[in-house]
Amino acid sequence: MGNSALDLLGQSSAFYKFAAEIEQQNHTEDDFIYFRDEMHYKNIKLVELPKGDFAFTIARQFFFSQYSILFFELMQKSSNTTIAGISSKALKEVTYHLRHSKQWMLRLGDGTEESHLRLQNAVNELWNFTGEMFYTDATENLLTENKIIPPLDLIQSLWKEQIEDCFSAATILLPHNGFQHSGGRIGKHTEHLGYLLSELQILARSYPDAKW
Amino acid sequence: MTQEQILEYLSAIHDPEIPVLNIVEMGIVRSVSFKEHQTVVTITPTYSGCPAMRVIEEEIIATLKEREIENVTLKTEYFPAWTTDMLTATAKEKLQNYGIAPPRHIVQNELVQITLPQKITCPYCLSEKTKLKSAFSSTSCKALYFCENCIQPFEHFKEI
Repeated sequence: MGNSALDLLGQSSAFYKFAAEIEQQNHTEDDFIYFRDEMHYKNIKLVELPKGDFAFTIARQFFFSQYSILFFELMQKSSNTTIAGISSKALKEVTYHLRHSKQWMLRLGDGTEESHLRLQNAVNELWNFTGEMFYTDATENLLTENKIIPPLDLIQSLWKEQIEDCFSAATILLPHNGFQHSGGRIGKHTEHLGYLLSELQILARSYPDAKW
Repeated sequence: MTQEQILEYLSAIHDPEIPVLNIVEMGIVRSVSFKEHQTVVTITPTYSGCPAMRVIEEEIIATLKEREIENVTLKTEYFPAWTTDMLTATAKEKLQNYGIAPPRHIVQNELVQITLPQKITCPYCLSEKTKLKSAFSSTSCKALYFCENCIQPFEHFKEI
């Protein structure tokens, strides 16, 4: 898990670096990461939830990696060459992230009674957080129109197919489509993000000149 | 000062995690060019989050400074993404002699497979009676294998 986390940090860092570059306000990636408050983070809620038990962590990773593969596969064809470059790099990495979590999905789901139960519970709990992965607003639509990012509705149906394939092999039941969380993408988060950010940001905010 | 000379200086820098290889034969250094009074060194990360990249960047600056090349700009390029196929043949041989099973040539679409290849040749005894023990080893880029012939663990530099 640590290795996957490291890749995700690297990918975010590359995107933030690029954001700082096009913003032209003399910011660095660190300004975005350490000096923004919760409401300015636009991540989906799925990724800020506490890690839970191992089944929960694996199921979340599986949902996210399966999404990332489809997303980066299309985004490596972005009309923006920097975004295309970072995406082609990221795609290789999320491919083995998926390999890791998918193997565990199969093992846990088709494993013992206990592991099956825990995975099914985790999937049921996480399912309501997956809809937000396909949220779009005016900004996304504009980026899609300009072929900078791929159309998310295209990814949604593919994602669901892949998830269903894995569930059937792992003997996991697809939860009913009900209420779906939203809000993360407009800066309205669960309480968990605040705790994560305080741990992440305390050093940089207490000692703004701290150097590695 | 020529590009070849600069590349030769940079060949003295080794990957901190795989000290047997230098950053030029790894394919990390992509090109050297000159722009006005600047020396531009274009590099590419092996892995996005590779912790060695920061150290490597510092070493490039320091190494060139020792040679009195002061105005150095580092440019990071992601495309085309680094792949283990960019390791030179000499680099692969060095890995093998160092006790790390080198990456094999990437077969198209193999990355999408869900399992890692089980049959990796042991770099010590060249036996194929080896088993995958962990998909990640001392660093992200390596997997841990065990050779059942010479009864010892070894690392495999994974194909990406």
